[in-house]
Amino acid sequence: MKLDKKQIKHIASLSKLELTDKELEKYGNQLSDVLGYIDQLKEVDVSDTIPTAQVTGLENVLEEDVVRDWDNKEIDLALNQAPELDGREVKVKRVLE
Amino acid sequence: MELNKLTIKEARQKLDKGEISSFDLTKICLDRIKKIDDKVKACITICEKEALEEAKKADEKIKKGEKSDLLGIPYIAKDNILTKGVKTTAASKFLENYIAPYDATIIKKLKNEGAVLLAKSNLDEFAHGASTENSCHRPTHNPWDLERVPGGSSGGSAAAVAADMCIFSLGTDTGGSIRCPAGFCGVVGLKPSYGLASRFGLISMTSSTDVPGPITKTVEDAEIVMGVIMGKDENDATTVEFKNEEKTKNNIKDFKIGIPSEYFDEKVDKKVIDLVKKAIGELEKKGAKVVEISLPHTKYTVPTYYIITPSEISSNLARFDGIRYGVRQGEGDDLENVYLASRGKGFGEEVKRRIMLGTYTLSAGYRDAYYLQAQKVRTKIKEELDFELEKVDCLITPTSPHTAFKIGEQADDPILMYLEDILVSGPSLAGLPAISIPCGEIDGLPVGMQIIGSRLNEKILFNIGNIFQNITDWHIKRPNI
Repeated sequence: MKLDKKQIKHIASLSKLELTDKELEKYGNQLSDVLGYIDQLKEVDVSDTIPTAQVTGLENVLEEDVVRDWDNKEIDLALNQAPELDGREVKVKRVLE
Repeated sequence: MELNKLTIKEARQKLDKGEISSFDLTKICLDRIKKIDDKVKACITICEKEALEEAKKADEKIKKGEKSDLLGIPYIAKDNILTKGVKTTAASKFLENYIAPYDATIIKKLKNEGAVLLAKSNLDEFAHGASTENSCHRPTHNPWDLERVPGGSSGGSAAAVAADMCIFSLGTDTGGSIRCPAGFCGVVGLKPSYGLASRFGLISMTSSTDVPGPITKTVEDAEIVMGVIMGKDENDATTVEFKNEEKTKNNIKDFKIGIPSEYFDEKVDKKVIDLVKKAIGELEKKGAKVVEISLPHTKYTVPTYYIITPSEISSNLARFDGIRYGVRQGEGDDLENVYLASRGKGFGEEVKRRIMLGTYTLSAGYRDAYYLQAQKVRTKIKEELDFELEKVDCLITPTSPHTAFKIGEQADDPILMYLEDILVSGPSLAGLPAISIPCGEIDGLPVGMQIIGSRLNEKILFNIGNIFQNITDWHIKRPNI
């Protein structure tokens, strides 16, 4: 499985990663190698096998949908991690033109 | 006796008898860190002031007669576990200044118990790696040979215990990240059953296999720490309540040990095989029954793991957007540009590689061929392990295919690095408990053996591990540093 530069660029864009030309080339080769390696999974017969997404055996773990109070100091600590604040709100870049 | 060399059990006795104080013990560990960590580079952040304050509080409680297993015991936590008020960087430039607003559940439990947090330890960025070289800070060095890696991704935590900078440490294990460095550093590392201890407050990597666990000097100590950090947590819906009410076998003559032949074949260094077989022989001499078994899907564990893990990583790391926390990069008002630059410049090489691989294996047209196929093979791997563990009490294997390799030696070969997980990723995919215990040395470098049990049957690992450590002294050996 050899990924060409266009495909790598597409994957980088889906991944929201800005990459240099050098990186695109390096990761392109490495990802192709890794995909070649993991391709061996295709030889396993899984025709009657159910996929495993989790191993706990737990089903439908539910909780009450209620608002839980959060310590005000912890809220401030959390807000202070944001690169840009407007009062006590996290400022985001314009989403709609 | 240098106090920093104590085990939890020894320190507990001395603290309770009033022979030593937590303050002195903490101070001595901090001094040890200061003295040797410029060589080992295990610690990212040292919280000296906070540690000494906590130690004083612990001493007051001990004086009042309070008793609990970890009261006043100094420890180190891997830097992908959230600690309120103390930086948590995950060894990523993206989080280089991040301070968590709350404690991870396991940190809260240790705090309630009175354990003393000394420092946050180095790791592969976001725990992506098997060598602790992929850190934005600096690689950690193996205390047994400073030119070699300590293993990873919990390399800082394992190196710190091996070099007696603390009494125990915490790591996280997704596909071997506690067991691999414990093996390379000659200490004990336990990956508990998935769901036994809360993941709340761990920086998520692969949510379906991530677990936190202890790295300690003895098996006994691992059991003590696990007893404190385990338990159902309302903040982690995958945790289970577990009380071991059945009496677990403790007589060596009753044990039946399975030896999976695929874990002892040509991919493993002959000298490692010999040492692990010798260790199994010690248990056999004492009366354990040993049977050879086969796990034919073993060769598919690494390819399965390296589809499932990057897939979950690409989803979990989507939260790092440069908006709510972390280092924002990118000029101007363009949102897309902020995402691209913050992530492109903030993440290191291996993290970007894994995000891209996972994005690809989940993308339209490829999901069924890769991700779904891997989930199905995961079922095969799990069923095979569960089936064999019904017939035997545990499996014993080497932890890693060789001893610690040199820093830089395989840094540019992702597949070679992924193959480090070949003996440890199976139990992770199956959610089984597994412990690495030192069982020998090759040219002055430690070798670990892995004991794998059935789900939630940690007790069998502790019992066999204890028996092994009672009849051997590999766990007492320490590097000369």
